[in-house]
Order: sequence, then structure tokens, then C-alpha cells
Amino acid sequence: MSEQAPKPEELVQIDYTPPRRNWMDPAVEFRKGTFCYSAAPKNVSYVGMPNPREWQPFDKDWKLPADWQRIILDGMKDRLDKYRSFRLFMDICVRCGACADKCHFYIGSGDPKNMPVLRAELIRSVYRRYFTAAGRLLGPLAGARDLTVDVLKEWFYYFYQCTECRRCSVFCPYGIDTAEVTMIGRELLNLVGCNINWVLEPAANCYRTGNHLGVQPHGFKDSMEFAAGDLAEITGVRANAPINKKGAEVLFVVPSADYFASPHYYTLLGYLLLLHEAGLDYTFSAFASEGGNFGLFSSHEMIKRLNAKVYSEARRLGVKWILGGECGHMWRVLHQYMDTMNGPADFLEVPVSPVTGTRFDHARSTKMIHICEFTADLIKHNKLKLDPSRNDHWTVTYHDSCNPARAMGLLEEPRYILRSVCNRFYEMPENTIREQTLCCGSGAGLGTDENLEMRLRGGFPRASAVRYVRDKCGVNLLACICAIDKATLPPLLEYWAPGVGVAGVHELVGNALVVRDEGERTTDLRGEPLKQKEEAATHA
Amino acid sequence: MYIWHSLAAVIALAALGYLGGSVGALRTPFGIILPYAAITVFLAGLAWRVIRWARSPVPFRIPTTCGQQRSLAWIRCNRLDNPHTTLGVLGRMALEILLFRSLFRNTSAEIGADQRLTHSEQKFLWLGALAFHWSFLVIFLRHLRFFLDPVPGCVMALHRLDGFFQIGAPVLYATDVVILVALAYLLWRRIKDARVRYISLASDYFALFLLAGVAVAGVLMRYLTKVDILEIKRLAMGLVTFTPVVPDRAGPLFFVHLLLVSALLAWFPFSKLMHMAGVFLSPTRNLANNNRMKRHINPWNYPVPLHTYEEWEHEFRDKMVAAGLPLDKE
Repeated sequence: MSEQAPKPEELVQIDYTPPRRNWMDPAVEFRKGTFCYSAAPKNVSYVGMPNPREWQPFDKDWKLPADWQRIILDGMKDRLDKYRSFRLFMDICVRCGACADKCHFYIGSGDPKNMPVLRAELIRSVYRRYFTAAGRLLGPLAGARDLTVDVLKEWFYYFYQCTECRRCSVFCPYGIDTAEVTMIGRELLNLVGCNINWVLEPAANCYRTGNHLGVQPHGFKDSMEFAAGDLAEITGVRANAPINKKGAEVLFVVPSADYFASPHYYTLLGYLLLLHEAGLDYTFSAFASEGGNFGLFSSHEMIKRLNAKVYSEARRLGVKWILGGECGHMWRVLHQYMDTMNGPADFLEVPVSPVTGTRFDHARSTKMIHICEFTADLIKHNKLKLDPSRNDHWTVTYHDSCNPARAMGLLEEPRYILRSVCNRFYEMPENTIREQTLCCGSGAGLGTDENLEMRLRGGFPRASAVRYVRDKCGVNLLACICAIDKATLPPLLEYWAPGVGVAGVHELVGNALVVRDEGERTTDLRGEPLKQKEEAATHA
Repeated sequence: MYIWHSLAAVIALAALGYLGGSVGALRTPFGIILPYAAITVFLAGLAWRVIRWARSPVPFRIPTTCGQQRSLAWIRCNRLDNPHTTLGVLGRMALEILLFRSLFRNTSAEIGADQRLTHSEQKFLWLGALAFHWSFLVIFLRHLRFFLDPVPGCVMALHRLDGFFQIGAPVLYATDVVILVALAYLLWRRIKDARVRYISLASDYFALFLLAGVAVAGVLMRYLTKVDILEIKRLAMGLVTFTPVVPDRAGPLFFVHLLLVSALLAWFPFSKLMHMAGVFLSPTRNLANNNRMKRHINPWNYPVPLHTYEEWEHEFRDKMVAAGLPLDKE
């Protein structure tokens, strides 16, 4: 990492003075570390997207189809007619600039085209040129410009430099949502085959095997059994991890990172222990083995294609309702898109916790609840025996993941859980949490190593707030409920705020949970010795 | 650089208005035909734009949630910033439209000496915008006394309230001062803040200069040249009752005012000023976050290619058998 990126004290020297040249002259330099590589042709072909070919963003010739301009402009027209959001957001921005320093990529890079307003103007300028009378007549004077290859390259660079986190949309007086603009921008780029591998490969894998990494059913089963074995070793409790079990009450869908990546894995152990203790009759599905949905980062159609398996598996397995694990963008899809795209879920029942009897009426249409909602309810009803001192080796802060915060409003449930399972919990500064939370800088498919410098820049605002609570309150663990956070915040924090680890909320639940018939717990779920044991050993 | 283009355009328009008021033969086209044309363009253009927006459907329910969701009964939800009912949405929209709720959140991010990023409260843009819009609204409503006969009590009350300080003769309106100060601030900010200057287009300056032109012309003729109010009321009443009379005794400054207002009206539907109507339609603000409670219908939802469970089981059959996973099709 150190050889690729400059030192933190160099990277933080950010020049916010805009360049002299007019922003309407397109100019993009594909500098190593600041962009993502193109999608491999096999992945583009597998999902049936247009123009699969070998190419890279730094190539001069992008091998576009001969009539690429017509394709893009037709695509724009189509989407202007289909999405009120898109048409409206092309028309009503007043360029007040309130969004400018709300974007983590702008704050971290100083590149004015990372201001949400200009990111949108990249496409608005083309909209004006081809779809408004003033733009056609007056050109640049009306803020209009031709769609050239250089403009397209700029779109690629900046629409893959937006994590669709929606923070700017919180501050915009008209609610203009750059995530919406970026999503449409990426759809247009996809029409001429300009996509990135970090998005398309997981999407293709997910389409084929059911999950991002391409884990096949037997591999899925192995992973779950391995986890159950690990858990038995740590806690002395043998928890079941049922797969494809017909007639179970609940289908449990998690992001696949939970069973193949670290520190996600410890969250999985936490889930298994919790659901065992709660006695929930549930099942995983080896086909719906991914809740994450990289369709969100390529096209609306792809969202629907990848999401369909959730309801279809719920129907096939005959469950009553669906439970979802810790994942950010997965929950944007489950909350804001799934029911509309693949519903109605009239074959399911309104979720009811068999332990507390609580009816989750707020999910009466989708029939799917977040595990934090499920757990918070258990804790509130005193159904769990918790020993928060088992997390005493952690001083915890909570990072709101963008999508659960700004596309759902899941703010208090995880906090309630954390306060119940940890003794030391501190909030980061006010303007950096809840709906104003700052992105990890690697969401929306940008969490790849070749893009490291830009990720470190984009993650700087988040990390700066973490560093603040590290120094002020001694925070050494950041809890979150997003798989991309768990994957990308560890290297980010190691760079900007060393000494702070990353964990899922349910890892901490698993640590604190006192399970019936458990053996004496000497380590946490990571296998690290517990604090009181350590101290007891020293005193003895 | 667009600043000068825009300023020149507004000065040219003002000069044209002055000419219209100075040459007898031009009084009819400038005093009667132009205002009618402008208001026609305004109304038709506004309707056309709003209908165009409304014709594009809202395929997904995508509110930006800015507070706690409605979930468990014992967790207090935020009914205004994250509404889950229609009433809540109305409240959110009212806060947004009347008080600029989102802009009120504005912060300013800065990297300090210790390389720490701080986000501090920044209310000036909100204050400037609010001052401008509200004073504009009050001035607009005050002007109704030219167009209505008899003048409704509420308009007169507003007129008295606005002149509450009783300074000078004719009495100085508070809103006249506020709107000029607010416009000056907004213009100053656009020019002085390098970031905002960088993103500004010609139309951004044009809007400010045009509004300022309207206000300045109005202020000058009220306080300086002391225009003949009765004559103007006669013209205004003539226009609204479709029995227009050519204004003979209104000075050229009035024609400047009238022309700039006409320009504003005619340009409005084709400009960013359409945010006035657009803010009501913004799907991130005007929808309830009741996504999991009530299914949202996408009118163009279409079938997509899928990889079905059957195909999946078929592809991985042998491996599933070896792993002891149940099969649907033995």
C-alpha cells in the first residue's frame, strides 16, 4: 500500500483553488491509483451487456461502437421519459454550491469536478445541448456542450468517482440526488460498454452462482459448516447453519462477504450464535447466497435481475418472512427497490418475532426486516442475556453506513444494540454521523486496489472523524453494518487513523451474548483473549 | 467571464425599456403588448414544463431519509425529516419550501492545522436565500394593490406592515432594503467564493442581475422620481381587465421596470428559476419513507432475463449431490 500511495501528511495537502480553465473543456488524466480498470469482456458478455472488448481507460482508443453518440443520446431521451428524478434534476439546479464540500471525494481530492453540482453538470451540459432550445441555440453561453469522446471519458472518470452515498442530497435545497444522476450516468456508459470490472465481475458471478465471489453451493455449505465449527470451538455451543431447508419459518439473506471475508466473518459467527440462542427456525439459501447487489452500481435492470432470487427463494422454500444481514447497499435495494421490482410478496406473512411476538408492521409489504431491528427487539424484551464486559477490550464508535442512514433511516436500532453490548461507546462529531454520515470512499463498486489513492482521499473525511474520537476518547473499534465498510475501512483506518479496528455490530453482540450451556468464554469471536480474563490472569 | 455578458444583457434590456418609455410611439408595444406577451409565455411555459416533468413517472420511491425511520414502536421516529405518512410529507415539504430546511443544514468543511477536518455551521447562504425569497414574495403580494380594486384588506395590512418603520416619504419598505441586500450578498458570494464562481454559468449571473434590475428600477421610481401611482394603477387595472390604456404620464423608469419584469416572466420557464415549481416535484423529498409498508408501483416495470433456481440447480447438480444439499428435481 505504501508504495502506491503518498504518505498521509502529503495526501492531506489538498489544494481547493479551482483551475483557471473553464470546466466545460473536458480534460481527464487517468493517473494510476485514481481510477478503476475496465470490465473483462467475459463478464460483460455473461450478463449480456453491450460491446464486450479488451480496453482500458488510459487507452487512447476506447473502441466505442460507430454510432455511440446516437446510442447515448437515445438512452438519455429514454431515461428522461422514464425517470422524473432524472428530468427534474437536469432542470432545476441553481448552482448554489451548498453540495460542494459535502462530497467526500471533493473534500479529499480538491478536484472541482467532484463537487456534486459539477458531477451532475457533466451530464447536464450535454442535456442542454441536445434537449433544450437555449442550449441548441446559444451553446456554451447556455452551459451546453457537444458530446465528444473526451466528454464521455470525463463521465467515466467522475461517475466511477462517486459512491452514490447521497450525502449531497441531504443538503440540497431541492433534494437533487447525485446517486440518481450517477446511476443514470453509469447506465448510459454501460450502453456503449464502458464499465468497470469491480462492478461487473461480482454482478456476473452473482448472476451465475448467486453470490459475488462465485462461491458454488458446495463451497457455501463448507463455509457455513466451517463457521459453525469455529463457533463451537470458541463458545462450546454447536449452532446450526441450515441451508435450503424447506418449510423453515425465516429465510436469512446476508452479504456473501460475511462468509468469505474478514472481519465480516466474525459478524457471521455473531449471527449464528444469536439465532441459535433465539431459537429461530431459519434457513440460508445457497442460491440467494448474496444480499448485496452490484446491479445498483450498473443499471436498474441489473438490480432487478440480481434481486429476483430473494423472493423466488422465499417462495420456493416456503418461508413466512425474510431476515436480512448487515449490508449497506443491499438494504438500499431491499428497502427502496425490491418490492417495486420483484414484488408483491403476497405469498409471505408480515414478519413476527417468534421470540417476543413483536409484529414488524413497518415491513408489512416487503416482509423483510433488518437483523438490527430483530436484535434490538430481542434486547428490549430482555430475551437475551448479555455480558457487555466481554467487549471491554473495545472502546467503540459507530459509523452509519450511507444507505441504511440516508435511504432508510436505520439509525437508532444499531445504537441501541451497541449500548447494550458494550460498556464504552462514543459518538463521532455531530456533522459526521446519522444522516450526515461520511462514506468509506469505496462504495458503489469502487473498492478496488488499483483505485487506492482515490479511496484514501475519499475516505479521509470519515477517517478524520474516527481519528478525532480515537485521540479524544480512546476509541479502538469502529462498528458498522455494511460489508463494503468492513472490507475497505480497515486499510483506510490503518492509513489515516492507525489503531482502530473494524467490526460488525453482530460481532459485538456475539461477544456479549451469554448462551445457555456455553462453556467458559476465554476469547472473543476473533480468538483474542478477553480483557477480564487477561486481568484476572495478571492478578493471580 | 460570464458576469460581463450577463450584466451587459440586463443593461441592454434596461436601456430598451428606457427607450420604450421615452418614445411616444413605443408606449403601446412596450406598455401593453409586451406585458401581455410575457405573461402568456410565462403561463404557457410554466404549464408546459410542469406537464413535461409530470409526464415522466416516478418508477421508484427514493426519499432521502434524514432522521430515524418508523420501525419498532419504542423507537421514536422522525416524522418530518423521515416522514412515513402523507401528513409527515406535507410537513417536510412545508419546511423545505417555506423555511429551506435542507439548506439550513449547510456546513462548511475545512482542514485545520492539525490535519483534522471540521464541518462547521454555515448559515449565511440559508439566510441570504431566505431573505431574498421572502422579501420577493412580500413585494409580489404588495403589488397586488395595483391589480385589484378594491384592494383587499390583507394586501393593505401587508403594505402597512412592510412600512412599519415609517421612515421617509413615501414610507420606506423594509423588504426593499432586504431584497437589495440579499441580492447583493448572493451576487457577492457567487463572485467572491472561487468554488461557486467556477461552477457559475452565464444564466446564474443573469438571474441575479435581472432581479436586481427589477428591484433597483422599482426602488428608484418609488423613492426618487416619485412615479405617478394612479397612472400606474390605471395601466395595471387596464391590463388585468383586458381594457388596456396606454400609459401617458408614466416616466421612462417605469418602462425600465416593466420591461425587466416582462423579461423575467418570459425567461422564467426556460431557466433555472423553474426550481420554484420543481421543488414540489422532487422525489427525494415529496415521497414518504413507507417503502416496506406499502408497495410502490413502477408503471413501466418489465420482465427481465433471469437465472432461475431450476437452471442454477441444473448447473450445480453434481456438486450439490456430493455436498448432500437437497435437490428439487431428483
